[in-house]
Amino acid sequence: MFDKTLAELASGLENGDFSSVELTQAYLDRIHAEDSKYNSYITVTDEIALSQAKAADEARAAGTAGPFTGLPVAQKDIFCTDGVRTSCASKMLDNFIAPYNATVVDKFNNAGAVMLGKTNMDEFAMGSSNESSFYGPSRNPWNTNCVPGGSSGGSAAAVAARLAPAATGTDTGGSIRQPAALCGITGLKPTYGRVSRFGMIAFASSLDQGGPMARTAEDAALMLNVMAGFDPRDSTSMQQAVPDFTADLTLPLKGLTIGLPKEYFPDDLSPAIALQVQNAVKEYEALGAAVKEVSLPNTALAIPAYYIIAPAEASSNLSRFDGVRYGYRCDEPVNLEDLYKRSRGEGFGPEVQRRIMVGTYALSEGFYDAYYKKAQQIRRLIKQDFVSVLNEVDVIMGPTTPHPAFKLGEKSSDPIAMYMEDIFTIALNLAGLPGMSVPCGQTNGLPVGLQIIGNYFAEQKLLNVAHQFQLATDWHKQTPDGI
Amino acid sequence: MQWEAVIGLEIHAQLSTKSKIFSGASTAFGAEPNTQACAVDLALPGTLPVFNEEALRNAVKFGLAIDAEIGRTSVFDRKNYFYPDLPKGYQTSQLFHPIVGVGHVDITQDDGTTKRVGVTRAHLEEDAGKSLHDEFPGMTGIDLNRAGTPLLEIVSEPDIRSAKEAVAYARNIHSLVTSLGICDGNMAEGSFRCDCNVSIRPKGQEEFGTRTETKNINSFRFIERAIIGEIERQIDVIEDGGRIVQETRLYDANKNETRSMRSKEEANDYRYFPCPDLLPIVIDEEYIEAVRATLPELPDARKARFIEQHSLSNYDAMVLSADRNLAEYFETVATACTDAKLAANWVMGELSKLLNQNDTAIADSPVSADQLGGLLVRIKDDTISGKIAKQVFEVMWSDGGSADEIIDAKGLKQVTDTGAIEGIVDEVIANADKQVAQYQAAEPDKRGKMLGFFMGQVMKASGGKANPGAVTSILKQKLDALCD
Repeated sequence: MFDKTLAELASGLENGDFSSVELTQAYLDRIHAEDSKYNSYITVTDEIALSQAKAADEARAAGTAGPFTGLPVAQKDIFCTDGVRTSCASKMLDNFIAPYNATVVDKFNNAGAVMLGKTNMDEFAMGSSNESSFYGPSRNPWNTNCVPGGSSGGSAAAVAARLAPAATGTDTGGSIRQPAALCGITGLKPTYGRVSRFGMIAFASSLDQGGPMARTAEDAALMLNVMAGFDPRDSTSMQQAVPDFTADLTLPLKGLTIGLPKEYFPDDLSPAIALQVQNAVKEYEALGAAVKEVSLPNTALAIPAYYIIAPAEASSNLSRFDGVRYGYRCDEPVNLEDLYKRSRGEGFGPEVQRRIMVGTYALSEGFYDAYYKKAQQIRRLIKQDFVSVLNEVDVIMGPTTPHPAFKLGEKSSDPIAMYMEDIFTIALNLAGLPGMSVPCGQTNGLPVGLQIIGNYFAEQKLLNVAHQFQLATDWHKQTPDGI
Repeated sequence: MQWEAVIGLEIHAQLSTKSKIFSGASTAFGAEPNTQACAVDLALPGTLPVFNEEALRNAVKFGLAIDAEIGRTSVFDRKNYFYPDLPKGYQTSQLFHPIVGVGHVDITQDDGTTKRVGVTRAHLEEDAGKSLHDEFPGMTGIDLNRAGTPLLEIVSEPDIRSAKEAVAYARNIHSLVTSLGICDGNMAEGSFRCDCNVSIRPKGQEEFGTRTETKNINSFRFIERAIIGEIERQIDVIEDGGRIVQETRLYDANKNETRSMRSKEEANDYRYFPCPDLLPIVIDEEYIEAVRATLPELPDARKARFIEQHSLSNYDAMVLSADRNLAEYFETVATACTDAKLAANWVMGELSKLLNQNDTAIADSPVSADQLGGLLVRIKDDTISGKIAKQVFEVMWSDGGSADEIIDAKGLKQVTDTGAIEGIVDEVIANADKQVAQYQAAEPDKRGKMLGFFMGQVMKASGGKANPGAVTSILKQKLDALCD
């Protein structure tokens, strides 16, 4: 049962092979038995899951079941859930229970899905290793001495360890794609504005985007069918028609043009990663695609621009966590300044504090033009690079990450080395483009991810390209040892 | 040394939208603390702002009324600072691209000439909540009902040169926003507040002096007093050899003085940047023209019409046109009684007196314009005298009722029956030998002035109901007969 994809589970439910309550109970039992190895969940919601599963079975009996009815998923603990703690993996929100659902959560509830629990992540989604979580790091199921990536590391680990058939993630600079690559699963960051941000705790508003993390492209399409759509509560969500994302999965790839940016294959790229990605590209050629070398000349500027814009927005977004209305408050504040300083100093972890400081500095009087304004100019250049390349090719491909999963603690004392892990993923967020990571090989028993980048709102094309690869290969079917 | 003051005002007008600028919560004043603050106003995690387009329409109306440039693309920025009644840790405002650009208003000065005051800009922003210091000893309460109420901040050029001009400008803006129906103008409830930037310089010098900003003044009288006080303070400091420090000051109405709140060095670095949760507001010519079509008659146009159509004096027309409710009230009364001058006198006289005494807004007047119109009709047709009408009006104010009902009930109808008046006149003459003798002895052209005594006696004897015109003519006729 744990080897089945969402699509397979949906047919099983439909055929009456098992009920949603049986399926849900099996997953809950497995989480309680196995998750101590991976720490992929912050909160497991047994009661809610079982009551949703029961309702789903009743809907099926009544003939009102939809395609997602009764399917279990896990929610990243950044999505607010009415009545269930939403911590963002921070001490600051360890006691926070939202009185509302994120739009994404509402949509899964309305589709009849079952919520297994809330997954671990980097604190406030700031990190690439899951090590900044207040609840301890999640671990990579392929090697529990390694990180699962971040920030959606708990979601990736849960799916890879078969503790959830699929999970939600959010991606501000690679936070869906990088952990998907490191844990050997399929992750999709949609076009900015495709999925509502309402109720998704903000890190960097102009970059954040929620998306699916699943075993296959087909499952990601099923998830995106639920998640996507304009939301009047999010002014930045787009009034864009929502297609059936599974509709184009079976289209053949003959005539597809793939662009390979030379900047995505630098000299210091891990040779094993380069090899696996090149093999994947050969597979595409075998499927009828044409390959073209392209250039994204401003790639090297993406990380510096990102590390101005994202912290600047974060420094402002995180100002609301002040110890006044909710969340962590220090003991016995002597005055207002003390209340602010200690509540925030004690409630936020070091990486969050570092980014707040960087962002505050970048926006300070006299520095705005040199940092924030300049970074926004670079952002426009990066976007133009992509737009002109995507005029020539259908999709862009390259490695998702420069290295496979690294050891816990290996980079945690070197923020710059950690930030460089996102070198291939960050530019997409700056441009607002959709991108995927799909498993395309292994090195030393650790998965390697292929990144596929498409044009604005071309998620159907991305899913089609990924699905055809998964029909031809079985990297996505690999299971970590002992699972 | 002759000093000249240089003054600029920043006026915060709360826009009278039903819901807040970025959430669906109500903006009604006076509710129990925190009952009108939703998840967005409380800045709960993950919540997002959605712009209330009614606030945009209001701002554009104002921009058109002051003949300003309207920002085709305006952008919300975040003004970041920590304060307990600022839930998000930033105020959403417009720094770089405001909705209303350069415009102007014309104010009337004491000598009757007009002066043009430039408006630099007007931008949309959200109000903060309130910190409550008195209710909880040793603690501070936070009421977020006001958080997110839409404000239009109207910034003037430093074109103002005296406290009087400042008040005239503030009154003009007040009159505009209330006439446009975009602000209720209630200063006591904080719907219309003023920050005054004041500096002084030797008369004739071009360069500005160092300015201070006195914040949150909520009455016209306080604006005048705060500015006068601040100008005097600055002159004293400089003439004593000191220097003015750029700072924010507070006006203390009880002591009638301003005092320092914080200096420039202590000021926040607001770290403004464009709000990534809100899209730029893009409007086109069509939108602007549609808003223009909904503009009501503005005070200046109304004043001109009152002078032209109702033959009012410049002063009466200015007073009656400044407030839209007052203007509409006046016109209803004037139409009912067909005598604009009489209507103007009553609205500016008796009615305004009672409104002021009872601290009542014209919109809440217990006497409606129709009621007052009905009363004035009875003066015009001689049913009652002006004096009796004042009694009727007071009854109307306290107990209600139409003029006719009150006149009937109290038996106040004027006596115009000549026979009855002649009887009273005869009796008064018979009992006033001394005054009659004086009348007889007086030169004929002085006699008119001596009628007053007899008039008073007759009116007294009739309980004030005798028609004064009839009494005068009968008295004159009978007394003059005694002189022959």
